[in-house]
Amino acid sequence: MISTIIGRFATLPAAMPGAISQGLIWGIMAIGVYLTYRILDIADLTVDGSFCTGGAVCIMLVLAGYNVWVSMLAAVIAGLLTGLVTGIFHTFMGIPAILAGILTQLSLYSINLKIMGKSNQAINVDKFDLLISLRWVKDAALHNPLAMVLIITIVLIALLYWFFGTELGCAVRATGSNPNMSRAQGINTDFNKVLGLMISNALVAFSGALLTQYQGFADISMGRGAIVIGLAACIIGEAVFSRIFHNFALRLLAVSLGSIIYYIVVQIALAFIPDANMLKLLSALVVAVFLAVPYWKGKYFSKGGKK
Amino acid sequence: MLELKGIHKTFNAGTINEKTALNGINLKLEPGDFVTIIGGNGAGKSTMLNAISGVFPVDEGSIVIGGNDVTGLPEYKRAQFLGRVFQDPMMGTAANMGIEENLALAARRGDRRTFRNGITGKERELYREKLAPLGLGLENRMTTKVGLLSGGQRQALTLLMATIKRPNLLLLDEHTAALDPKTADKVLQLTDEIIRRDELTALMVTHNMRNAIAYGNRLIMMNEGRIVVDIRGEEKKNLQVSDLLKKFNIENDRMLLSE
Repeated sequence: MISTIIGRFATLPAAMPGAISQGLIWGIMAIGVYLTYRILDIADLTVDGSFCTGGAVCIMLVLAGYNVWVSMLAAVIAGLLTGLVTGIFHTFMGIPAILAGILTQLSLYSINLKIMGKSNQAINVDKFDLLISLRWVKDAALHNPLAMVLIITIVLIALLYWFFGTELGCAVRATGSNPNMSRAQGINTDFNKVLGLMISNALVAFSGALLTQYQGFADISMGRGAIVIGLAACIIGEAVFSRIFHNFALRLLAVSLGSIIYYIVVQIALAFIPDANMLKLLSALVVAVFLAVPYWKGKYFSKGGKK
Repeated sequence: MLELKGIHKTFNAGTINEKTALNGINLKLEPGDFVTIIGGNGAGKSTMLNAISGVFPVDEGSIVIGGNDVTGLPEYKRAQFLGRVFQDPMMGTAANMGIEENLALAARRGDRRTFRNGITGKERELYREKLAPLGLGLENRMTTKVGLLSGGQRQALTLLMATIKRPNLLLLDEHTAALDPKTADKVLQLTDEIIRRDELTALMVTHNMRNAIAYGNRLIMMNEGRIVVDIRGEEKKNLQVSDLLKKFNIENDRMLLSE
């Protein structure tokens, strides 16, 4: 028993590049979650559906012969639309944000099946010109997913940093921080909520498109639990880096790093329990613990002593 | 500057909780009027201010600000005409944004928000100059998150935000009620200074009768959703707290206590 565990640990270093690549890819989705959860103060459950939508749109277009960049752009547009739907449910139709996200997510299950025509689609990296693949994870080249996704992440963070410094971006931040004050300052809070949800889900769909290429297939359940992974990345990133990362761009980077840490922790946990069916349970437990730690810290270890 | 005609508002109409909050409000303000509003709890003071700012639509009547009929406009569109300070210091500022960012948001009230910079270097200098006279040291903490400021500091900042872009009408909804007496006096004096300096038109709700008499050129009292007293000019200048008490037989505890 012990020797088998040691044996599994011995294979861990070899699994690390893959875990880090996955962490980086999901990190882009987590940045999308961060925008809604932390900036807009909305827990948006659309992501569980829009992640798959991004993957589905991308794989179908690549299979149909479109350029991979065009396909990813289409995935991003699909993501924008999913956010728009949730935003309209929430603002125009007055449905509470969580429920609005759940409704979109549910409807996306049908839509994703329609896009793919069946519950999964595979793509052969030898036959199609993909941007990244897990097959290249040990190559010393730009198409190595580690390098490519890292570059993409940095470009995205730079874009978001710029956007949230503009008048429009500041209005989105103000809407999340204090909607009453925002309206008193002439900010259309409904519009900004919709805009924030659209940007968030565009990032999520883009991440789904990257993961589809990385793993070589899209699957109807690929986004299940995405919100949990996104929250985990946000919370781990904040717990580990909040003391040193204050700048907005660095806080986004912390989310991406949080996602990588999450995947490393999951990889280690799988060494103990090598049962892929247990993965979601492990994920939920990891997130529950990371959520509880700041709460316990405040309650039992604050400077005022025990309460 | 402001004209309210026959404003009616009933909350929860047709239910057991039905409450007529505004019952035929008519009010006309001249440019430069600084009106203090008193009245018991539930008299409709805050409701009137919220009706003007568009927090909810009114059932009947029309609201005209600076010649613009705003009755059908949503809250965020009316903001271009209004400066607002609330009772709750938390309500007027974005807590997890910096002092300068809050001011920059307010300076763009009524403008279309685009991809231009949310705040420019030139603005930072301007805000520093505007913050210095408050005497709170905020000019040296420009990037501090507003959530870290005290209630008094936040109200002073909200006041500056409300007036940084000249509003047609300044609405002050018991904006010193949540502050300790000393801070409240300071914020009130600052309010008076700004209104005089910029010759603003203002409506100020207060529970303190002495303040209602000391400040402004006009005093109105509300009861059960109506304006029941409207005193201005010489009469307002010579008004005493005892006059108000005697004349109108005020029964409200809170108003008596704050005297």
